[in-house]
Amino acid sequence: MADSRLRRTLLFVPGNMPSMLQNVPLFKCDSVIIDLEDAVNHAEKDAARNLVRRFLKSWKERNKEVLVRINPLYTKWGHDDLKAILPEMPDAIRFPMCETPEMALELDAELTQYEAANGLKPGHFGILPSIETVKSVLNAYAIATSTKRIFGLAFGAEDYTASMGIARTNSGEDLVHPRMMVVMAAKAAGLQAIDSIFSDINDMEALRRETELVKRFGYTGKCLVNPRQIDVIHEVFAPKQEEIDYALEVVEAIRQAQEMGTGVISLKGKMVDAPIVKRAIHTLRVAYAQGLTDTPVDEEILNG
Amino acid sequence: MAKNSLGREIPETFNGKSYIPYTDPHSIKPEAFHFQRASRVLKRNYSGASKVVGGLREAIVASGLKDGMTISTHHHLRNGDRLLNDLVREIDALGIRDIRIASSSVHIVHAELIPYIRKGVITALECGVNGPIGEQISRGELACPIIVRSHGGRARSVISGEVPIDVAFLAAPCCDEYGNFNGFYGPSACGSLGYALVDAQYARKVVAVTDNLVPFPALPIGVAQNIVDIVATVDSLGDPKKIVSSTTKLTKDPMGLLIAKYAATVIDASGYLKNGFSFQTGTGGISLAVAGHVRDMMRERRIKGSFGCGGITGFFVDMLDEGLFEGLFDVQCFDLKAVESIGRNRKHQEMSAGLYANPFNMGAVVNRLDCAILSATEIDVNFNVNVNTESSGLLLHNTGGHCDVANGAKVSIIVCPSIRGRLPMVRDEVTTITTPGETVGVVITERGIAVNDHLPELKAELIRRRAPVKDIRALRDEIYAVTGAPKPVEFTDKVVGLIEYLDGTIIDTVRTVRA
Repeated sequence: MADSRLRRTLLFVPGNMPSMLQNVPLFKCDSVIIDLEDAVNHAEKDAARNLVRRFLKSWKERNKEVLVRINPLYTKWGHDDLKAILPEMPDAIRFPMCETPEMALELDAELTQYEAANGLKPGHFGILPSIETVKSVLNAYAIATSTKRIFGLAFGAEDYTASMGIARTNSGEDLVHPRMMVVMAAKAAGLQAIDSIFSDINDMEALRRETELVKRFGYTGKCLVNPRQIDVIHEVFAPKQEEIDYALEVVEAIRQAQEMGTGVISLKGKMVDAPIVKRAIHTLRVAYAQGLTDTPVDEEILNG
Repeated sequence: MAKNSLGREIPETFNGKSYIPYTDPHSIKPEAFHFQRASRVLKRNYSGASKVVGGLREAIVASGLKDGMTISTHHHLRNGDRLLNDLVREIDALGIRDIRIASSSVHIVHAELIPYIRKGVITALECGVNGPIGEQISRGELACPIIVRSHGGRARSVISGEVPIDVAFLAAPCCDEYGNFNGFYGPSACGSLGYALVDAQYARKVVAVTDNLVPFPALPIGVAQNIVDIVATVDSLGDPKKIVSSTTKLTKDPMGLLIAKYAATVIDASGYLKNGFSFQTGTGGISLAVAGHVRDMMRERRIKGSFGCGGITGFFVDMLDEGLFEGLFDVQCFDLKAVESIGRNRKHQEMSAGLYANPFNMGAVVNRLDCAILSATEIDVNFNVNVNTESSGLLLHNTGGHCDVANGAKVSIIVCPSIRGRLPMVRDEVTTITTPGETVGVVITERGIAVNDHLPELKAELIRRRAPVKDIRALRDEIYAVTGAPKPVEFTDKVVGLIEYLDGTIIDTVRTVRA
């Protein structure tokens, strides 16, 4: 499912912390991932599930994308997580430890069944698989193309380094190769590439460097564990003024072409094709979200 | 009982005196009161001899303090102050009773005074209090009429003679035998003596109390020999390390940081953040985070501000040293870095409470403020702010400069979390009105920004910037949706304190809570 939703920041919020959950509507991230997996210890799985269900029920005016990270389906909690959470209509499931296309298809089947039973549009729930082991990195493209529910691949560095038997460093050279593999698989499948969390919440400069690095690789978003990291990541993903200017020119060129009824669009003597338009729209959407432009993007242009 | 313009019932008399109910922020003139200006009896001292009379007890005797008189101290050592406690103990030992305390503030450390209130040594407080004394008074457990005044209001009441101070006992960290003193140096250095400067000018007798007698002359002079009657020496005035009452670190709480970011957006959108900008903020993690944003914007845009004001922190000192402000006006030092700075930097100006915020003169420094960050314990849908009582109804905090600064600043910005301890902080009514909503520009919580009607351009600019501007009633509703509407605290009819507005009118009362 190649969607164009803005996902620069995906904030993990522990599912067992009422004080954090209460503030979810206030965080300025693009998406929130409410966590039932690693943040919640075994003894609290039931309590967290109930809390998250209650929270989602009470949160009427959703102002950001909501994902829930369930436990893997091979654990004793995974299916119960789904049963509890799906009625509260999250936008997507963050699917941990997804190592093979078959695992993604197992979740896909369960979601399909729930949608059919409850009169929901097929494909309503999205899936964001975690590519977080060596095996899943090697299977990344097969996973990415296994079901249309998948809108992106989320690289998970912590478990990846564990599965490699290496230690994660702030410099990140240990992760260059898997990061490239994941972003290539995502791009090849037409999906978004989302980078791993950066766990040192007091080192904003290292966070900035890492985000700049993955932006150059082609990632368009990053997971995070602390709301204080949001601003830094948004700043890095913000387009430069010349990029905004160019995107505005592209949009203007399309508008003029539409008015004149011509199919072929050119700007300064160069053909403007679909990928360029798509990138321009993305640039303007990020710019607007960052407060760099005053007018929202006219999505109709895409259909013109 | 008469109702003031904010609908609060005000008794016609309190502790034997009559008062004028609050009407509005600016129209009350000195002529409304009978007071003109306090004057002191002219004196002649042709002797150049030392004024040191001994310790506190000798000084009390020499001052002529008698039953029924009013004394004052300053609170520059804040929770590290020892003088007021020691003083009252000596007054009691001398058998003197029925004393009014008109200090600039009373802190938690002064809970030691409670037995002396019970005993009748102290029978009235002409000043606001922090901590247990106020708590016990509002529970009806302690009988002692109290009038809470702002810093500017207190200066006004002393200067106008409305509160005649018979003897001011002023902690003097660096003092000579003829009575010259400053607060800059010595083991109890507290920096600015802004509150004490008023008492030194207008009290009938001035006693400089020091733990650091230096050879004549004690320079630079803060309070000069020609207005000091007596010098007393003590072992220690207190512990300056306890001046720091609040955190000195930027908050790391994400919600606090969000509030600070909104506040910075408001300041930016106000249009005042340009060369000549003037700014006041207090202590506390959110205020410092706002100051951090302001500093960054000033650096980035090469803005040279006019002045920073108020209680001064090390953060402002750094901004001055960096050249971001022309100067600092300092009525009290909030940390030891500020104390160190005021002793070395002539651009770090000591400021009396009268110069800071007395409304009855030819213009206080607060009048020149562009933006000020203020806190709150509660805010109501008319932008009225409470900083005195908590939602329990107990009187726990002094006003400080809150209503003074809100009255003077062009944009007064209240920062406050929307919920504390499960209670809503934006509500239908505040327990006590400290600062009238007419003088409040903007209320900021992590759930949004409410702009008062008198700042329509600021509101439009914030909306243009897509800041989360909300009607204050919508903000209240949003918070109530989480917390529910709070059950009102039940009070008796017994008025135990008055909340005075800076102009001397009465803006609210304190009643005992029903047990």
